[in-house]
Amino acid sequence: MTTLLTVENLQVSFPTRTGVVNAVRGVSFTLGRERLGIVGESGSGKSQTGRAIMGLTPGHARITADKLQFRDIDLLKASARQRRSLRGSDIAMILQDPKYSLNPVMSIGRQIVETLRTHERVGKAEARQRALDMLEAVQINDPERVYDLYPHEVSGGMGQRVMIAMMLIAGPELLIADEPTSALDVTVQLEVLAILDKLVAERGMGLIFVSHDLRLVSSFCDRVLVMYAGKVVEELPSADLAKAKHLYTQGLLNCLPKIGADRHPLPVLERKPEWAA
Amino acid sequence: MTSALSIKDMLVSFDDYVALRNVSLEVVKGESFGIVGESGSGKSTLLRAVAGLATFQQGRLAVNGRDYSGRRRDKEFYRTVQMVFQDPYGSLHPRQTVDRLLLEPLAIHGIADTEARIVRALDEVGLGPSFRFHYSHQLSGGQRQRIAIARALIVEPQILLLDEPTSALDASIQAEILNLLEQARRDRNLTFVMVSHDLGVISHMCERLAVMRNGEVVEGLSSADLANRKVSEDYTKRLLVASEGFVR
Repeated sequence: MTTLLTVENLQVSFPTRTGVVNAVRGVSFTLGRERLGIVGESGSGKSQTGRAIMGLTPGHARITADKLQFRDIDLLKASARQRRSLRGSDIAMILQDPKYSLNPVMSIGRQIVETLRTHERVGKAEARQRALDMLEAVQINDPERVYDLYPHEVSGGMGQRVMIAMMLIAGPELLIADEPTSALDVTVQLEVLAILDKLVAERGMGLIFVSHDLRLVSSFCDRVLVMYAGKVVEELPSADLAKAKHLYTQGLLNCLPKIGADRHPLPVLERKPEWAA
Repeated sequence: MTSALSIKDMLVSFDDYVALRNVSLEVVKGESFGIVGESGSGKSTLLRAVAGLATFQQGRLAVNGRDYSGRRRDKEFYRTVQMVFQDPYGSLHPRQTVDRLLLEPLAIHGIADTEARIVRALDEVGLGPSFRFHYSHQLSGGQRQRIAIARALIVEPQILLLDEPTSALDASIQAEILNLLEQARRDRNLTFVMVSHDLGVISHMCERLAVMRNGEVVEGLSSADLANRKVSEDYTKRLLVASEGFVR
């Protein structure tokens, strides 16, 4: 399997008035054309890991790594211009809530075309056609109609499909999905995941799926990294989730209420200071 | 078995849009009743109509036998019924300290010994007295939801309306909040009406539940039925499948 992305000892820290906050503290992994899940609670550094790869970390933050390489490009040394050309065309990102991540004053079709024409030289008519095809690929029934709608006129599930269409139209090799379905209804969640799953498989992309829902991630990804306090505490294949060794991983699994399981009170996560050390 | 909350043929419409179509529910005193459904199914509207945040055009509402159909809700109502909202970031006043937030309901209801009650309320939701003079932006999502629960419990209500109380929280924090709610219910003999889109949460917290879709109750069942997969409606089956996670 060819390696798409190598991350070695990634650190992201934010200087604040009250001292330095280390959001990510030495994360290492490699990614091929596979589905990798990154799971953790709020503040575990999972989103910042994704953002650092994408190059969306705020300017005042400090990023260091022994290696942060996408294909043969050293992302740490890449110029802002080079990062910009990578973003969208080679590495794309799906955000949590389509309500906030789509441009509210631009029609859906125009937004998708904008992404495409930023990265490829295509004529207007062809761009429109490709945007329509993409909308169809994410199972929007009536692409012609949706093309002219504005984001507030579509439901959350449809908005997220539009987001996926927009992110995939330039044909990225690596897709980072940051809580792509957390804002959606359970039934819609599965539809969106199925679409994402199909497209990722068809196009042979690498996927980083960031979420706090361990069960969902494990049912979707090949491999899972579990993060706590900026560090990876456990890495394991999704199939072996039941055999998780780290107490934190077990805790994340156990704290979910299950239908038919009579557990009162629910087991809660114990957070041990030595895990963060 | 006395009825805590009785809803008959409730109809709520916003202009031409009918959000609730003739919904009837009966919640027995001391029980925990769940309502599941997806966005737009009317589950939150139902709670809001009970709490008086939305007006219902038709139907009857009775709380502890007192009729509130077409009548202003009095203080007595709000001493009996309190509500906890979904988004702890949006439901606490950003410029009031926790102390002030908890004082407000006490002042409204003219309850004395505020000092002791505020300390006790914080203690009950597992937050120390040190949180008293914090602002809500200084707290995490889970801590805010604890404050929201403390605010609801401080007037010693009998019925708690819970509108997706944990869906904005991490799974690990959700477990803590659910345990806290169960503890409060045991200690105070509360009646819960809980709305959620998560069947797992509802079956954990509630003995009986109603499944809503497009403003109507499509199925009523017990958590035991749910555990044994004794469901008749296709829609409920779909929700059940969805709750089991993604299957390739």
